[in-house]
Amino acid sequence: MDFKKLLLRNETALIVAIVLLSVIIGAKSPEFFTLANLFDILRSSFVQLLFALGVLVVIISGGIDVSFPVVGIFSGYSAVVLMKHFEWNPGNILLPIAIAIGIGIALGALNSIAIASFGIPTLIATLGTSGIFRGVMLTFIGSSFISDIPLALDKFATADLLKIQPLEGTLARLHVLIIPIVLITILVSLMLNRTMFGRSVYALGGGVEATRRLGISIKRTQAKVYMFVGGISGLAGILYVSLQRKANPYDLYGSELDIIAAVVLGGASIMGGYGTVFGTVLGVLLISLIKGNLILLGVSGSWQRAAIGALLLIGITVQAINESRKAKSRRVSTRDEVAQ
Amino acid sequence: MSTLLSQEYGVENIVKSFGGAKALSGVSLSVKSGEVHCIAGENGSGKSTLIKIMSGVHAPDTGLIRLGDKSFSHLSPREAVREGVQVIFQDFSLLSNLTVAENIAIPTYISKNSRFFSKSETKKIAGNALDLIGVDLDINATVADISIASKQLIAIARATNLGVKMLFMDEPTTALTRKEIKHLFSVVEQLKLRGVAVVFVSHKIDEVQEICNTITILRNGEVVADGMMADFKRDAISEAMTGLNISETHIAPPLKITHKKVIQVKNLITKPTFSNISFSIAPGEILGITGLLGSGRTELAEAIFGQYPIDSGEIVVDDKPIKLNSSSAALRAGIGYVPPDRLTQGLFLEQSILRNLVAVGIDQYQSKGKFLSKKRLSEAGEKWIKDLRIKTKNPTNPVTSLSGGNQQRVVLAKWLAMNPKLMILNGPTVGVDIGSKREILEFIRDRAEEGMGFLVVSDDIPELVQICHRVLVIKNGQISKEFDELELDEEVLYGELS
Repeated sequence: MDFKKLLLRNETALIVAIVLLSVIIGAKSPEFFTLANLFDILRSSFVQLLFALGVLVVIISGGIDVSFPVVGIFSGYSAVVLMKHFEWNPGNILLPIAIAIGIGIALGALNSIAIASFGIPTLIATLGTSGIFRGVMLTFIGSSFISDIPLALDKFATADLLKIQPLEGTLARLHVLIIPIVLITILVSLMLNRTMFGRSVYALGGGVEATRRLGISIKRTQAKVYMFVGGISGLAGILYVSLQRKANPYDLYGSELDIIAAVVLGGASIMGGYGTVFGTVLGVLLISLIKGNLILLGVSGSWQRAAIGALLLIGITVQAINESRKAKSRRVSTRDEVAQ
Repeated sequence: MSTLLSQEYGVENIVKSFGGAKALSGVSLSVKSGEVHCIAGENGSGKSTLIKIMSGVHAPDTGLIRLGDKSFSHLSPREAVREGVQVIFQDFSLLSNLTVAENIAIPTYISKNSRFFSKSETKKIAGNALDLIGVDLDINATVADISIASKQLIAIARATNLGVKMLFMDEPTTALTRKEIKHLFSVVEQLKLRGVAVVFVSHKIDEVQEICNTITILRNGEVVADGMMADFKRDAISEAMTGLNISETHIAPPLKITHKKVIQVKNLITKPTFSNISFSIAPGEILGITGLLGSGRTELAEAIFGQYPIDSGEIVVDDKPIKLNSSSAALRAGIGYVPPDRLTQGLFLEQSILRNLVAVGIDQYQSKGKFLSKKRLSEAGEKWIKDLRIKTKNPTNPVTSLSGGNQQRVVLAKWLAMNPKLMILNGPTVGVDIGSKREILEFIRDRAEEGMGFLVVSDDIPELVQICHRVLVIKNGQISKEFDELELDEEVLYGELS
């Protein structure tokens, strides 16, 4: 890829934005550039990134899922309730993770049925199931805050890979989750680029009829997509519960703005067909930076939400402008292109 | 390279009805391997039903499908592909967000049931497929960035790669320029040599005569004529297709001498698309503009309708210079525009025929209280349906219920309802059959006689020669040559284009 193309890429713009924002925040408050703060930003990005990877896959497929935060907290909270009810106290967190992923996939399968079998538009389908899931959780599973979560989950919150004590300042702690999160990110990237399922997702986002004529099953691909989002949201939900060291069924609801903004800023086309894992990672980092550190610039919490909303709209506008500019240059550049 | 054994592919006595309507009543057709066969017929003659039966979309009521030494009473889409029947649809069915290589290779992965996807393998498959048909394209390019002609070649490469024995091409030249058509034909020749039975479905008689060995002409679901291409004269084909005797003579009405101009375009420049464009159109004059795809012809038409930016230059309508920065400004100045892609740009497809007819100039139908008068709307709609001879049982049916030619007339009526001084028509008869084409051209002529000016942008040279008073040829965004009525000649125009 030539240098000019590299400069025009969405990822490049994001890196520039992240660096600029860091410099501005760092100039105002020196504690920003500490290892402790860097590790904190990473830690607060883990759950967001998992959700975002799920949303990325849906958006590439040309759909949208707004039920993922509810699926996440439903899975995480239900896993805790189940474990407490049956008094399971395993030594590690594999069991709760397995339960949460299982619940997430099951909820995702319900989305799949609504979308692939009944053909309901994805936004409406997931808006509907989101309400149903939340209602079912609060009515039948529980509506109370659980602070004494199972020991394994609680201990995992402080499982650090690295602890570095600088000469002065706070202890920098890098959570052990960094390893699995990096692995999952690589796996999702491989899934999108190196498997037929991944390419089918891109194809679906490019055009339903053309995809069908290629011989790809639309329903099967859609079903897998929404089950995948469900599963990864379940994982994100239980990790959220663990990192927070509490299970609050009212949490996460409303976080879809941050996640969808991160994915769209990362370059995924809301019309489907385009998007990269790397872009999404950068989008998530940018949003975490804004959420966690804008306060250092004296920006109040309520304005952060407005800022993220504005960024989402900017991201979509940039996509639209690029698209029309491309369309214009395409029309004058197609001359005599066929090789003779 | 030659075929070892000549095989025959085709159908015998196919009957197919939809509801009460007979789409095909006893159609037989046979194509030998290494032969290019033409299916000609107007819209509604049964061409597409026949393609759908051969490709497994529809099952025939009675009759046989013969593929080599096998016969079938019906095919499933999968069986059709396995037996080597491939269709290249008019829209090519390509995914514009994926690369050329991926578009060609994905069906191969699917037929192998593979779970994984390798970039190098994909490039190898695509490279081989393109080599097979002797085409050189950048396989790493995204399909969104390539020309329509290249898309066609990709669709062919993909079909041949799957071991095609019988290849249907549905209106393959509609969106191509002369040069691109020549290249396409050389690719078709390659397929012939490899023993593929190619079926060419087209309205364009001159092209069909150039490339096809044999022909079957359908009308109203029946074979009205078939045989060797060489035995058919041009007029005989169009007569068999329409059942009418249609000649393609020059029909532009005599031009009244006048100093008045409906539009004067002076030194129009938009870098890098076009530059130094100057021309004028008199009342009742039909000016043609032609050029290769990408020459700037469409952008020029859009610029005069206020939909493409103008860097500098002047446009004078009725002796008043006007600023065209939006389509509503153009409409106010009395300029109408029918876009080339009538399906996506010109119509509200799901809305009723009536509503579409009155959509432009909707203000005319307001009653005093700024509300639309339902009565006036339906009166106006009914009038247009009659005037334009649009064939429909019920004007409240959606536009999608109409055939291509009738849809085009709805678009025309929509704009003519405004009574513009200048009507810009971009590809007015793209994808329209001969009978409807003739009627549309006559309709333009009648309007011109009444004093409406026309700017016809088209790459259909015979059509321009038939209808225009003058033709401008655009090359690289500049007017390279102007032909007046006496100089208009198909060969000369083709020569100037390539």
